[in-house]
Amino acid sequence: MIASDSRPIMGAPDARPTPVLAARGLVKRYGAVTAMDGADFELLPNEILAVIGDNGAGKSTLIKALSGAIIPDEGEIMLDGRLVRFNSPLDARRHGIETVYQDLAVAPALDIADNLFLGRELRRPGILGSVFRMIDKPRMVAESRTAMQDLKVGIRSMRQAVETLSGGQRQGVAVARSATFARHVVIMDEPTAALGVKETRMVLDLILRVRDRGLPVILISHNMPNVFEVADRVHIHRLGRRVALIDPRSFSMSDAVSIMTGAMSGEQLIPTERQAHRSD
Amino acid sequence: MSQIVNHERLEVEGGQGDRARALPALGPALSALAPLAALLAACLFFAVRSPRFLSGANLSLIVQQVMVVGALGVGQTLVILTAGIDLSCGAVMALGSIVMTDLAVNRGVNPILAILLGILTCGAFGALNGTLITRIKLPPFIVTLGILNVAFALTHIYSGEQTINNLPSQLIFFGNTFPIGGTDVTYGSVLLLILFFATWYVLRQTAAGRHVYAVGNNPEAARLVGIPTQRLLLSVYAIAGLIYGIAALLLVARTQVGDPQAGQTDNLDSITAVVIGGTSLFGGRGSVLGTLIGALIVGVFRNGLQLIGVAAIYQVLITGVLVILAVAVDQLARGRKR
Repeated sequence: MIASDSRPIMGAPDARPTPVLAARGLVKRYGAVTAMDGADFELLPNEILAVIGDNGAGKSTLIKALSGAIIPDEGEIMLDGRLVRFNSPLDARRHGIETVYQDLAVAPALDIADNLFLGRELRRPGILGSVFRMIDKPRMVAESRTAMQDLKVGIRSMRQAVETLSGGQRQGVAVARSATFARHVVIMDEPTAALGVKETRMVLDLILRVRDRGLPVILISHNMPNVFEVADRVHIHRLGRRVALIDPRSFSMSDAVSIMTGAMSGEQLIPTERQAHRSD
Repeated sequence: MSQIVNHERLEVEGGQGDRARALPALGPALSALAPLAALLAACLFFAVRSPRFLSGANLSLIVQQVMVVGALGVGQTLVILTAGIDLSCGAVMALGSIVMTDLAVNRGVNPILAILLGILTCGAFGALNGTLITRIKLPPFIVTLGILNVAFALTHIYSGEQTINNLPSQLIFFGNTFPIGGTDVTYGSVLLLILFFATWYVLRQTAAGRHVYAVGNNPEAARLVGIPTQRLLLSVYAIAGLIYGIAALLLVARTQVGDPQAGQTDNLDSITAVVIGGTSLFGGRGSVLGTLIGALIVGVFRNGLQLIGVAAIYQVLITGVLVILAVAVDQLARGRKR
């Protein structure tokens, strides 16, 4: 891959908006195993992009590369059209990419405000903050309340421990944390996998609200009905690469499953990009 | 608004989930208040049984008796909050006390410098614990068990089994007393209280303190939000080591000698104080003030039972029962959340 290549990612001449996040030709090998084999990726502004794929298709490797958890061996990642390189999750976060994890990555014994600001605590103004390093709990509580209200997660006190919340509310805390700090992208990795039906409903609503507030969302999910309900486009991953990028309004769930399992070819669904990639 | 109401209704509907949530809500309050209630109950009991118990002199004695274990307990609390354990604290403290007394008495080192070098020795062993745990990924139990033996052996080799006497005044300063309302209080007790409140402040009111809880509570979540968990763990063990150095200074001040035999059961006593104080051995929950209360509970039981003439072995028995009771309360309070 040539880093100085400055052509737009999508070779197509039409006036599409610059993707917020894009990747081309990502490769990741673990010894003899190739987890990612020339994977492409594209996320447009204001969309919910679902990423689906069978177990072992390499979705999570792709997502880890996009969130900085692994460094791909080959390929490039572009943020707002500029080439970027993430060396750690923190690096990706500094670039405004926040991730919500399936296993509810919160500290259950800490309260909501502490969790929302974990790793980014606000400090008191003046000498209390600069010398005594005192955290500004009242402000953290107030800002947490605003963030949770924006997403309509109904919780009374920001000082209650996260373990006192239901699974959906906990995920609400994680989503609020990401939505508060993300400037570019929110990645949600199976956010409803651990949740019941009602709580899943609540988190899907959260995802829609995050998009409506102007943040594009990457949603990794196994749940086809959920994907087809909220996604604007669906990225289908198979054998370490993207095999199709479809509009869920013009394809059925069974089409998507067929492409996912290889029963139907997805090649023709992303023609321009395939050609651009091959010509490299 | 209707959305919010909706969600709240939704919560109430989940009857079984509701009960599961109500229990841990009670948890923090229970594990914080139970030790305090136990301490007050014990004090009340002994005050009724022995008129001498509540005298200023006796209370001051209790504080002096728990001073060393209390100081070790501060470091031990930090370690246990990260879901670790430190078996080496007593041995490291003993080594530090021998280093500071030997340097000052036998090698003509300035006493203040000798104290600092003793404390730094403890800090270095703490850092060694932390390095082995974070870099080589060995379990804290094994690392600190190894360091316990290393420090114990070094203490005996370095001291040649000799007790060091005739300490300069700087080394025993914290054993000196000043009167408060007719009771003589040692400077060491004041230092201990400062140590407890400073640590409480850091844990409760600073970002670093919140990170200690987060690392113990859910290390993966802490890492994912960008907390440098390995560096934090290393710092915790190193700071705990420095605190054992302060405990060494308090030990020397209290006993007025450098004793290579000192502190051999203090590791378990400090863990006892932490656990009775309501800090969870699983990490992420608890308070250093609980450890102060825990240390005082053990001290009050030992002192009180002695005053009312119960044989010493029953004090050990009761301490054992208290430890199991404290852990059981912790388990019940946390329910099936883990």
